[in-house]
Amino acid sequence: MGKKSLVSIDECSKEYILEILDCARRFEQEPNRKLLEGKVVATLFFEPSTRTRLSFETAVNRLGGRVIGFQDASTTSSTKGETLRDTILMVNNYADLIIMRHYLEGAAKYASEILSIPEFSRGVPVINAGDGANQHPSQTLLDIYSIWKTQGKLTDQVVTIVGDLKYGRAVHSLIAGLWHFNPTFHFIAPNELKLPDEQKSFCDEKGIQYYEHTEFTEEIINRSDILYMTRIQRERFTDMEVYERVKNVYVLKLDMLNGSKDNLRILHPLPRVTEIASDVDSSPKAYFIHQAGNGIFIRQAILCKALGINA
Amino acid sequence: MEQNDSTKQVAAIKNGTVIDHIPPEHLFKIIDILEIGDMDNTVTIGYRLPSGKMGRKGMIKIFDKTEFDQTALEKAALLAPNATVNKIIDYKVSLDKDENGGKPCLPLPEKELRNIVKCTNPRCITNNEPMPTLFTWVDRGDWTIKCEYCGRKIKKENFELK
Ligand SMILES: [Zn+2]
Repeated sequence: MGKKSLVSIDECSKEYILEILDCARRFEQEPNRKLLEGKVVATLFFEPSTRTRLSFETAVNRLGGRVIGFQDASTTSSTKGETLRDTILMVNNYADLIIMRHYLEGAAKYASEILSIPEFSRGVPVINAGDGANQHPSQTLLDIYSIWKTQGKLTDQVVTIVGDLKYGRAVHSLIAGLWHFNPTFHFIAPNELKLPDEQKSFCDEKGIQYYEHTEFTEEIINRSDILYMTRIQRERFTDMEVYERVKNVYVLKLDMLNGSKDNLRILHPLPRVTEIASDVDSSPKAYFIHQAGNGIFIRQAILCKALGINA
Repeated sequence: MEQNDSTKQVAAIKNGTVIDHIPPEHLFKIIDILEIGDMDNTVTIGYRLPSGKMGRKGMIKIFDKTEFDQTALEKAALLAPNATVNKIIDYKVSLDKDENGGKPCLPLPEKELRNIVKCTNPRCITNNEPMPTLFTWVDRGDWTIKCEYCGRKIKKENFELK
């Protein structure tokens, strides 16, 4: 197996996704395996993201690897005007793998290109841990793992996605990752936050069935295998009256689950605000509580895969 | 023929290239893009020449030169996709039809636009690092391109050349 960067979910083949899931399951059974012994992993967080960084660093530590890096661009030379290119080339001399979070969109792709120039590079792969509003592939693979694990399969799932479908990066990536597995989507959003045409034509192109709704009803919940809730952000609205109306409409409450399927599971790309009432937490269907825990195993699998290590 | 008449409006050319039917408002920009100011060749420039089709047009005749930088030509094509390009060899137009039988025009980029257009997304890496941009066509018909780095889609009216 060769080394390979992970920049975007769009580049992940069905085969790659299935291998990652299988590998993650093995890590879930046995998380502490010294597969990265002697390896140095750099976590370059040009913007802070505690949740993502802790998850990746835990994954490296459980694999016996060492972590170097920074978690705030203000403490690095990039504030002194150093280019990303120079930072990457420097770290390329120290580390065996780079995990990068950046506030600029396309930064991870650019870093992976720099590192694939044979004259400069030791062949260090990059894992994109989020580049602005663009891509966050380990998050998407975690969502897919959660679906696979809770449903026992990935194919033919009825996936209902609720909330901000316009700006929600996690939503667009989930569609791009799940299309391989013949899903049926229900998209529930206010008109202001409807799924963009680009994602709809993607579904059309791939022959994926989808339905759009503005009402969040029990009838749709009852048909679903997965209910994927997202946050509606106040700053997306110019009209605060619309925001106030909308934010209370797309809220999941416990009694809305009364007629739902036994296998229904509720996911959320945390953090959540008000879109899931706290009484839902007590339901065995509230999987978002456990979802983040899977992140370690998925990231262990991604790390090994990027380094070409059989795990 | 309009082609011949307009070519005659400026001195005849034995060997070289005639870029014709340039919208006058883009003429000087295209002279810049093709770096004509830096050439040693003789150049005739026609500005606001009368044109049956266009009303007014621009034309550039570059003597004794038929090869140009492809990126520069593609960049110019984004401004003037209908401008014609004729290579003249021994007073004859060497190629008066393109492969589709139409007039040979400035070449629009085939698959990708490499370092030709700026990304309109200020948070795009290409606007924050000394690096080339890269776009691919989403729709060549309606001139929509997509940044390969940040994913931003840009329509023709928002194209800004690098
Ligand atoms: Zn861009």
